[in-house]
Amino acid sequence: MSTDELTRAQHVDLPAEPVRFAERPLVRAAMLLVGLVVVVALPWLIYPPVAMDILAWGLFAISVDLLLGFTGLLSFGHAAFWGASAYATGLVAIHSGLPFPLAVIAGVVVAMLLAVPTGYLAVRRAGIYFAMVTLAFAQMLYFVANQWRSVTGGEDGLQGIQKSFFGLTSIETDPFYFYYAAAPIVLIGVAIAWRVVHSPFGRVLVAVRDNPARARALGYDVDRYKVMAFVISAGVAGLAGGVFAASHGFASLQELSWTTSGKVVLITVLGGIGTFWGGPIGAGVVVLLEDRMASSGFNGVGIVTGTIFIVIVLLFRHGIWGTARDLIARAAAARRRRR
Amino acid sequence: MGALIQYTLQGLAAGGFYALAALGLAVIFGVLGVVNFSHGACYMLGAVGTALLLNELGIGFWAALVIIPVVMFAFGVFIERALVHWLVGLDPLYNFLLTFGLTLVLVDLVKRRYGVSGMPYEPPALLAGRIEVAGVSLSTYQVFAATFSLVVCVLVWLAITRTRVGMIVRAATEDAERTRALGINVGRWVTPVFGFGIALAGLAGVLAAPFRAVTADMGSNFIIILFAVVVIGGLGSIMGAVVAGFLVGLVEAYGQAYVPALSQVLIFVLMAAVILVRPAGLFGREDTA
Repeated sequence: MSTDELTRAQHVDLPAEPVRFAERPLVRAAMLLVGLVVVVALPWLIYPPVAMDILAWGLFAISVDLLLGFTGLLSFGHAAFWGASAYATGLVAIHSGLPFPLAVIAGVVVAMLLAVPTGYLAVRRAGIYFAMVTLAFAQMLYFVANQWRSVTGGEDGLQGIQKSFFGLTSIETDPFYFYYAAAPIVLIGVAIAWRVVHSPFGRVLVAVRDNPARARALGYDVDRYKVMAFVISAGVAGLAGGVFAASHGFASLQELSWTTSGKVVLITVLGGIGTFWGGPIGAGVVVLLEDRMASSGFNGVGIVTGTIFIVIVLLFRHGIWGTARDLIARAAAARRRRR
Repeated sequence: MGALIQYTLQGLAAGGFYALAALGLAVIFGVLGVVNFSHGACYMLGAVGTALLLNELGIGFWAALVIIPVVMFAFGVFIERALVHWLVGLDPLYNFLLTFGLTLVLVDLVKRRYGVSGMPYEPPALLAGRIEVAGVSLSTYQVFAATFSLVVCVLVWLAITRTRVGMIVRAATEDAERTRALGINVGRWVTPVFGFGIALAGLAGVLAAPFRAVTADMGSNFIIILFAVVVIGGLGSIMGAVVAGFLVGLVEAYGQAYVPALSQVLIFVLMAAVILVRPAGLFGREDTA
């Protein structure tokens, strides 16, 4: 067995780049349309709150992929931003009675403000240390929320978050209509993340991921870019967490716990690291699976999700979307050779 | 004054668990480059195993102190051969994720079989009481746990610095390629080292059984604190793991005594301070960052 490779900095092995076929405007538009149809049809096919969960977790996974896939940083403490925003959204909604989209924006702001010091400290360590440091800070926030009973409700969580929406009672009370009010907010989050990844800023992040030393030599302040990516990612996670809290009507300590951080990383890896769209697909699989297990009364969810994790990491490292991309790329290459 | 001594002892006893387990984590990281997320779960297995030995088979604490580390060593060897082994040479985060998945499985398996409530555990009669030292009454068990962990840490440190095997392990940590070039079969030591690290986590669990609530979840907070310990001490530094382990135990104990509301946050504040001042950790080297 070889151990000499271990001490060197290495990279996550990423799936093939999208094939040129998928980059054509028409194909892109068609895929986008399919995605939108799925988002619109979802609450007809499954229980609407579960559909909302899939959207929220999908956006959360995209925020993690923004760091893991496009900046090369594994945050194992993203529950901090999802959870902080869930609590902030809930507190604003309860105490001000503002419409829920505005409360969610407050949650996003809190998540991003929190990410500034955390990111600043965490980027001082790279690689696996980054994961441990972010995990530890998320746990610290968990303890704070647990202790600060007067504000967060401690172990009881924050109950009774109302979905105020300009007096439209059908949206405020029926999860089916709420879905259509909240889905556009999630889609805005997805669009922002997509824009970031495909901007010049996003290209710099990829350079930081692939070769930090060269990026630095080219005059980019690597740590500053990492912190900026971290804060943006936290904002996206916060958007997802805020919508999640509004949808459920409560925020609990569960939202801040490291199992939540682990779950979103699982979703990201299952969908495919660095694929962007893998996140929502992984979210669909995991949320539906957990919903089935919960409704069938199976009380060993961790056994199943943990096993999935082990299997993906051992055999299936490119995830669902990544593997699909690999297969398409291979097929395209084979066709080129035949010609 | 008496109270202060008691808190210190309590801190050293708890610090002993952290130091032992962190030592295991550091040795595994040093030789395999793997951050073992399941270390907390292995600590839990050690404690649960100790409770089961007594409650199901009537085997007491002293025997458990020997049996559990041996069993956990075998378990570690199995995990290394069956799972971890396949990912060596890839980015360390894959093994981090793999062992995270393993943690979920282990914790929920224990929960399904034995429930979530705590298992009762009585320390052996010899360690049950209190002793008077210089007019201060101390828990005998805490004195024992602190001393025992310290002794094991020193023994491991001696084994690593003074024996041939320890020299190979240190050399492999430093530069595996060159160690191989000197005619040493590094690969041979990888599996035993992993098993040894897991055995240390199990041993920490045995020591924790009479002192902490034995539940399926006892490892989930433990592993996070353990990560803080190795970040403070410098991962890959044997000395750092031990010193930071006891340091964190003390901070936790003083915190619980004097600022109970902030006790759990203090450790992370300490970690943040260390990252600010010495990013590589108290005993870490800059180039390992």
